Amino acid sequence: MKFQKERNNKNNIEEAIVKVILFIMALSSIISLGLITFFVFNEGLPFMIGYGITDFIFGTTWNPTEQVYGIFPMIVGSVIVTIFAILVGAPIGIAVAVYLVEIAPPRVTKIVKPAILLLEGIPSVVIGLFGMVVIIDVIRRLARGPLADYLPAGYQTGYSILAGVLILAIMILPTIISISADSIRAVPKEYKEASLAMGSTKWQTLFKVVVPAAKSGILAAVILGVGRAIGETMAIIMVIGNSVQLPIPGWEAVFAPVRTLTGNIALEMGYAGPEHRQALFATGIILFLFIIIINSITLLLRRRGT
Amino acid sequence: MSPQSDKQSINVKINGNSVSQKDNGKRSVFETNDLNLWYSDTHALKGIDLSFNENEVTAIIGPSGCGKSTYIKTLNRMVELVPGVRTTGEIKFKGKNILDKDFQVEALRTQVGMVFQKANPFPKSIYDNVAYGPRIHGIRNKKVLDEIVEKSLQGASLWDEVKDRLKDNAFGLSGGQQQRLCIARCLAIEPDVILMDEPTSALDPKSTLRIEELVQELQKDYSIIMVTHNMQQAARISNKTAFFLNGEVVEFEETDKLFTNPSDSRTEDYISGRFG
Repeated sequence: MKFQKERNNKNNIEEAIVKVILFIMALSSIISLGLITFFVFNEGLPFMIGYGITDFIFGTTWNPTEQVYGIFPMIVGSVIVTIFAILVGAPIGIAVAVYLVEIAPPRVTKIVKPAILLLEGIPSVVIGLFGMVVIIDVIRRLARGPLADYLPAGYQTGYSILAGVLILAIMILPTIISISADSIRAVPKEYKEASLAMGSTKWQTLFKVVVPAAKSGILAAVILGVGRAIGETMAIIMVIGNSVQLPIPGWEAVFAPVRTLTGNIALEMGYAGPEHRQALFATGIILFLFIIIINSITLLLRRRGT
Repeated sequence: MSPQSDKQSINVKINGNSVSQKDNGKRSVFETNDLNLWYSDTHALKGIDLSFNENEVTAIIGPSGCGKSTYIKTLNRMVELVPGVRTTGEIKFKGKNILDKDFQVEALRTQVGMVFQKANPFPKSIYDNVAYGPRIHGIRNKKVLDEIVEKSLQGASLWDEVKDRLKDNAFGLSGGQQQRLCIARCLAIEPDVILMDEPTSALDPKSTLRIEELVQELQKDYSIIMVTHNMQQAARISNKTAFFLNGEVVEFEETDKLFTNPSDSRTEDYISGRFG
C-alpha cells in the first residue's frame, strides 16, 4: 500500500515535469512569433508613421540616399508576380492532383509522388540558378529576337516578370498538388459511386462531383500557394531583375524587370543605414500583413470545409 | 453446410421456375446465367441462375458475406470498381448480355438505377441532387429540369416536405429523407429497374416503413430488386425472394411460399433464426 502510494507520488511529479517541459516547447513557437512580430513592428512602425503611411505605401520612388522611401512599385511587383504565378501554377497543380488521385496507375504514382516531394525540398537558390540559366536565356532570346522591335531596351535582358512567374509557378506546385490531392482523396467514395451508378462517365463524375466536393480544400491549397509565392525571396531575386519601377501598362509589362517586397529587404539590408534599415523593416510589416490576411482566409476556408 | 451436390438440384429447380413464370405471362427484365465472380482468389458468387420479372419486387436475403450485395452490384456492373474482380457467365438485360466487352456501361446504368445502403446525397442542394442525372445526360432547359425534379420528388414522396426549400443543402434533411432523396435522384434518370442495396438498414423503423410503402408504390412503374437483411421486410413487400448462402442461391421462390413452406432445410434454418 505504502509502496503503491510512493510510486504514485513519484509518477505524479514526473508527469508534472514532463507536462511543463512540453508546455514550454509548445510555447516556444508562439514566443518566437511574438518576438518576430514585436521587433518588426517596433523597428518599422515608428518610421512608417513618421514618414507617412500613405506616402510610404503609395510612393512610387524608392531612393534611400535621398531619404525617399516609396514602396508602391515593390507592392505592385509582388502582387503581379504572385497573381500570375497562381494563374499558371494552380490549374496545373490541381490537374496533377486529380490525375494522381483518380486516374494515374499505381506505378506512375509511385514515381511522381516522390518527385513532387523532392521538388518541394530543392533549395530555392538552386531553382533560382535553373531560372537564371534556362528560363532567362529563353526569354532573352525571345525578347531580343522576334520581339526586339516592340520592347524597350530595358525589357530585353530576360530578367523579367515572366521569369519570376514561371519560377514561382514551379515552386508553388508541390504545395498545391499535395494539399489538393489530400482533399480530393478525402472525398467519400459514396459520392463517386452515386454518380457512376447514374450512368455518368468517369470524367463527369470527376469534374461535377469529386472536384466540387473537394472545393474548399483545393481553394485552401491555392491560397497557401499564394502565401508561398508572395514570401519567396532567393529564387525571385535571381530572375526578376530587381529594378524599382512600375512596369509600363500593356503586354510589354510581361518582360519588365521589377522588384518584390521580399527582394527589397534581402538586397538592401546588408548595407542599410539606420533610417534605411527602418524603412526595410516597414517593408517587412507590409509583407507581414499580406501573409496574415492570406493565412486567415485559409483558416476560414478550412473551418468551413470541415 | 452447402455440399456441392445440392447445387445441381437447385439450379434445375430455379430453371424450372423461370420457365413457369414465362407461362404466367410476366416478362423477365434481368436474367443471370451461371454467373461466377471472384475477388482476386475468393470465389464470391458461384454459378448464380436467377431471373427477375417486370414490375415485381424481388428480395434477396441471406446472412452477411453470402454475396447478396456483390450480386446486386454485378447487375449494374458497379462491382467492377473493386480492383481484382473477375466475372464469368452471362447477365441478360432486355435480352442483351451486359458483360459483353462492347456493352456501354453508362447506358446500362441509365436504365438500371441504384439506391445504396447508406444514403449518399451529393453535398449540393436538394434541387441539384435530383437534377444531377438529367443534367449529365444533357438536359439543360430549366423548365424541363424543374418538371423532372418535381416529378421525381413526388415519385419518392418527398415533394411536400421539401418543395419550399429546394435550394437548401441536402445534408440538412433527416436520414430517411436523404434516402428518399436518393430514390428521387434515381427516378430522375427514368430507369426501368431499381436496384436497392439494403436501403433501410441505416434508418429508424418509421423511416423504414415509409421507404417500404414507397417501394410498393414504385412497383407499379419499375422492377425492383432489393437486397435486405431484414426478413420481415422481404416478407412484407416482395413478390419473390431469393435466399443466398455462401455465394450460392439456395432457394428462389414466391415470397409467400419461401417463408411459409421452404423446400430447402437451410432456408428453413435461416428464416426461423437458427443462424445468420
